[in-house]
Amino acid sequence: MNASVRRREIPGTTLFDGEQARKGYALNKMCFSFNDAANRAAFQADEAAYCAKFGLNETQRAAVAARNVLQLIAAGGNVYYLAKFAGIFGLDVQDLGAQQTGMTKDEFKAKLLAAGRN
Amino acid sequence: MATLIGGITTSHVPAIGRAIARNLQGDAYFKPFFDGFPPIHDWLATAKPDVAVVIYNDHGLNFFLDKMPTFAVGAAPEYRNADEGWGIPVVPPFQGEQGLSWHLIDALVGQDFDLTTCQEMLVDHAFTLPMALLWPGSEAWPVKVVPVCINTVQFPLPSAARVYKLGEAIGRAIRSWETDQRVVVIGTGGLSHQLDGERAGFINKDFDLKFMDSLISDPTWATKYSIPDLVELTGTQGVELLMWLAARGALGDKVRQVHRNYHIPISNTAAGTLALECR
Repeated sequence: MNASVRRREIPGTTLFDGEQARKGYALNKMCFSFNDAANRAAFQADEAAYCAKFGLNETQRAAVAARNVLQLIAAGGNVYYLAKFAGIFGLDVQDLGAQQTGMTKDEFKAKLLAAGRN
Repeated sequence: MATLIGGITTSHVPAIGRAIARNLQGDAYFKPFFDGFPPIHDWLATAKPDVAVVIYNDHGLNFFLDKMPTFAVGAAPEYRNADEGWGIPVVPPFQGEQGLSWHLIDALVGQDFDLTTCQEMLVDHAFTLPMALLWPGSEAWPVKVVPVCINTVQFPLPSAARVYKLGEAIGRAIRSWETDQRVVVIGTGGLSHQLDGERAGFINKDFDLKFMDSLISDPTWATKYSIPDLVELTGTQGVELLMWLAARGALGDKVRQVHRNYHIPISNTAAGTLALECR
């Protein structure tokens, strides 16, 4: 991030800026490849080899192995590409939301329904 | 000259695609959202657009971080949807209106908008789902299209004020297109939602309703906010309201509301729909 552009702090939120895009390039490139079913299958057949092919660093590999969304974001992942990674396991954005907020999926869904009643 | 009939803005949540694929439009969870469309179908049946300019944001189907345009305009004879990795059915291809594509490109670059032009372009759910909502069950789409893609993946994003001006320039260009075609502008995305981070699930009903109201009577209201302000107020993906601002900018000063709908939630999203006719 340029020193002249102050980073805005929004609680519980990471803006996917140049710093994140630079840090997460390999991880996001791997996730982008999951648009293709053959690549999803190749990842499932050998995760370690697939991560190595895209040059993921140790932190990114650990976050991938843990299927941990907050760790993936901290490692530079962008949620649009991470959604393709999650799709491999049949997870949708409500599964991701539940995991990131430490709720069960039912609790997370209830929170959204409550937002509509307020 | 072409006639700009009006604009339609709507959410593009992937769960809408799953609901359409499973024929769940009448299901209690989805019905309050899908019920927003029949009045708009009636309006479209009367207004009979020939071409749709669709302003949307790609989510990593056509564009990756290797090349990330701020503003991209499609100039292809045909646009196809494709696998996005998490499995909603692919829809039939769309026929491009290349005459309007190049007229838009000439007009917008002529007004200092530095565009990326795309003679090949895949269109993702943000483009296809609104089309499927507006023309349900289409085997062959009844309108030709021009996609306009605005980056909301990688910050910095273009400001709300800049996007509104882009919309104004799109509107002027459509009205100066030498043809008798009837054109509708579609803006897709929003409203408030956040998929990522500890704040996932964030929704701001008050802001959304104020924003929808503003588009009728005070359309530049939201342009006073910076992008980080908009993220704070509407969520990391709520910032997709930029597409609504661009579409509204195209319509000119006076509009008549055809219909509106707002429902929380569809998946993680406050789902809004608004149809406006140019006056």
